Formats: sequence, structure tokens, C-alpha cells
Amino acid sequence: MDIEFLSSTMVTLLKALPMTLALFALSVSIGCVLALVIVWMRVGGNRYLAGFAKGYIFVFRGSPLLIQMFLVFYGLAQFDFIRNGPLWPLLREPFVCAVLSLALCTAGYSAEIFRGGIRSVPPREIEAARAIGMSGFLLVRRIIAPIALRFALPAYSTEVVLMMKSTSLASLVTVWEVTGVAQRLISHTYRTMEVFLCAAVIYLVLNFIVLQAMALLEHFLSRHLRAAPPAAKA
Amino acid sequence: MTLAVTAVALLIGAVLGAVVAAAKLSGNRVLVFLGSVYTTIFRGVPELLIIYLIYFGGSSAVTAIGQAMGYEGFLGLPSFAAGALAVGIISGSYQAEVFRGAYLAVARGELEAASAIGMSRGLRFRRIIMPQVLRYALPGFGNVWQLSLKDSALISVTGLAELMRTSQVAAGSTRQYFLFFIVGGALYLILTSLSDQVFNRAERRANRSMPSAMGQV
Repeated sequence: MDIEFLSSTMVTLLKALPMTLALFALSVSIGCVLALVIVWMRVGGNRYLAGFAKGYIFVFRGSPLLIQMFLVFYGLAQFDFIRNGPLWPLLREPFVCAVLSLALCTAGYSAEIFRGGIRSVPPREIEAARAIGMSGFLLVRRIIAPIALRFALPAYSTEVVLMMKSTSLASLVTVWEVTGVAQRLISHTYRTMEVFLCAAVIYLVLNFIVLQAMALLEHFLSRHLRAAPPAAKA
Repeated sequence: MTLAVTAVALLIGAVLGAVVAAAKLSGNRVLVFLGSVYTTIFRGVPELLIIYLIYFGGSSAVTAIGQAMGYEGFLGLPSFAAGALAVGIISGSYQAEVFRGAYLAVARGELEAASAIGMSRGLRFRRIIMPQVLRYALPGFGNVWQLSLKDSALISVTGLAELMRTSQVAAGSTRQYFLFFIVGGALYLILTSLSDQVFNRAERRANRSMPSAMGQV
């Protein structure tokens, strides 16, 4: 085991870490907002919006992310109206394309997770809220959203970890994040095992941190559930 | 090609998954630890990285073996084998968890009853555990199949001419990127929705002796 080579590889890969983190943070936050919009369409009651949301979820969950990413990166550039359009300076950037396709894809998965969360809100609580005169936004904000969030969180943390792994695909549309740099190092040095080990350690640590953060959030959100038994006794 | 790679990968994954699930359930501390390490690593590291590792790492391993046997020069691992192995190892880590969950879902009482009437371990496994595990594992297995189907698109980076690679080449040579990627995506959609149907039917068949009032129709 060549410690010097390992540490220099680690340093090179860590320089690419901000890129991975930027991809991850941007796509997860944009994807989360998009997912909320889609889940609102899906459960909102309007037939056409629900149909659109169903189609969106079907398409983005049913096809590989790689093909979506290539579609955005190579496919869109084919059309003249996009090339000449106002968004071209943005869509020309591989980074923007990667974030866009990651966000679109995770929105499909997250929308289903959120829908599961909403469906697990007990109908009685909604009825009770309606009975005391809550309506519309207040109902969502005070009753549905907090309960749904708590139910959806475990599945959502899995999705977030999947997103962290999916950022590695951005290397295939020439974004230099950790996997891309690792691949370049491998092709320069032919020392697959060492480079792979370093990259794997980076991703494992990242995922570990993400999972811990999610567990902490869950712990924090379910505080009242743990506090309940002693309070009931007293 | 896509289907072949996915099927072979899933087969490798099923064997690996069963072994790892058995290791994690065995209660032997070393085996449990090894099993956990396997599932943690391969579920926590990007699929692309694993495919690179198997493809390039496997090639250098094969070359080293070739040199040891007196063959000079570079030997490549065939991209089909490397891809199927990589996706198989990944799906194995997911299937291990699926099998473990299914085993834990088998009611304790049934196992005790089987022991009580004097069934041996092998017979108990074949008559009681196996049929139920297969039934409980089926939905999770369908998920893993869908995951592997989409992961198989990543094998295109090794140059294997499956669905993804073919649409990439066609798109590149005709410069009709949008058209060919849309068609490729649509084909994946057809594959995933068809296999969804197949798994739904399989689940219904596996559950046909169960009372339908339990939620399955």
C-alpha cells in the first residue's frame, strides 16, 4: 500500500468535493420544491393536473437517469429555438444541465414519497380540523404537512442518499466532480484499486453524514412522541 | 442486450443476496459484520464507480493473471461479464436486504410449530421458510429488477452495445440527439412498465392461496 500515492489521490479528489456537494445541494433543493408542486397537482383533485403529474412521475421513474441527462445535455442543443433562445447561455453549461436533470428525476421519486406521506395522515385528524373550521392552507400548514413530513422522512432520506450517488453520473456530461476526477486519475495512472478506494471512502462518509443528519431531524421532529408517555402518567 | 445483462446481473445478485442474507441472519458475529460491510459499501457507493472498478480493476487483474501464466500484453475483461458482475454485485446488496426482510416476516410460531412436530432443519427450510420467503420477497424483488434495469444503462460506459449505448451511437452519428434519446427513453419506459405488469401478475399468483381480503386483489 503506497501511502504517498493514496494521500495525493485523496487531496486531488477532495478538490472535486465542492462540485459534488454543489450538484447535490442544488438538485435536492430544486427537486424538493418541484416534487411539492407535482404532489400538489397529483392530489389536488383537478383531473388534468393529476393526469399530468401521473405522467411525469411515470416517465421520470421509469427511464434511467443517464438517458434523461443526455437528453437534456445533448438533445436540447439540437433545436434552433433553444440555441437562439434566452436560456442558451445557461443550458450550454454542463453543470446546469446536470442539476436540471438530477432535479427533474428526483422530483418524480420524491413526489411519490410525499404522496405516501400525505396518504398516511389519518383522515380523522383532517375531519377534526375541518370540524373546528380550519380550511385550505391553514389545514395543510397545521395538520397535513407536519404529519406527512414525519411519515415521509425515512423514505425521503433513502432518496437523498440515492441522489448523492446519482451526482456521479454528472461526470458523464463532463462535470468534474469526484467520480469524474477519479476516472481521469484511473486513466492516467492505471491504479484502479487505490483511486477507487479513496473515492468510495469519500462517498461513504458523505452518505453517512447525510443519514445522520436525517436521523437527527427525525429525532427532532418526533420529540413530542417520545415525551408523551411520562406526560400521560403525570 | 439490456435484458440479457439485467437478467444475468439479477441472477448473480440473487445468489449473492441469498448468501449475504444468510450471513447476516446467522447470528455469527463475524459473518454478520461481513454481511453488513458488504451491504453498506455497495449501497453507499455510486453505481458508476463500482462499474469503473470492476471494468478497469477486473481488466488489470486479468492482465496480471495472464502475465503470471506467461502471456505478455493487455487482456481486457469482456464488457458484458464486467457489466453483469458489477450490476449483479450492486443488486446483490439490495436483494440481501429484501431476503432478510422477507425471512423476518415469516411468523415465529410457524417455525416453532415445524420444530415441534419434528421437522429437520432442511425440511423446515424447504417446506416452511422457502415458500413464504419467496412470496414476501416478490415485491422487493420487483423493485430491485427495476433498479437493475436502469443501472444497466450505466454499463454503456464500458462500451457494451446495450440500449443506452446503441441510442448514444445512433444519436452521435446522425446528430439527431433528441430523437434517439427520446426513443431510447421510451423503450426503457416500455420495459419497466411491462415488467411491472409481469411482477403484478406473479404477485397475484403467489398470493392466490391467501385470502384476498388482506389487501391484495
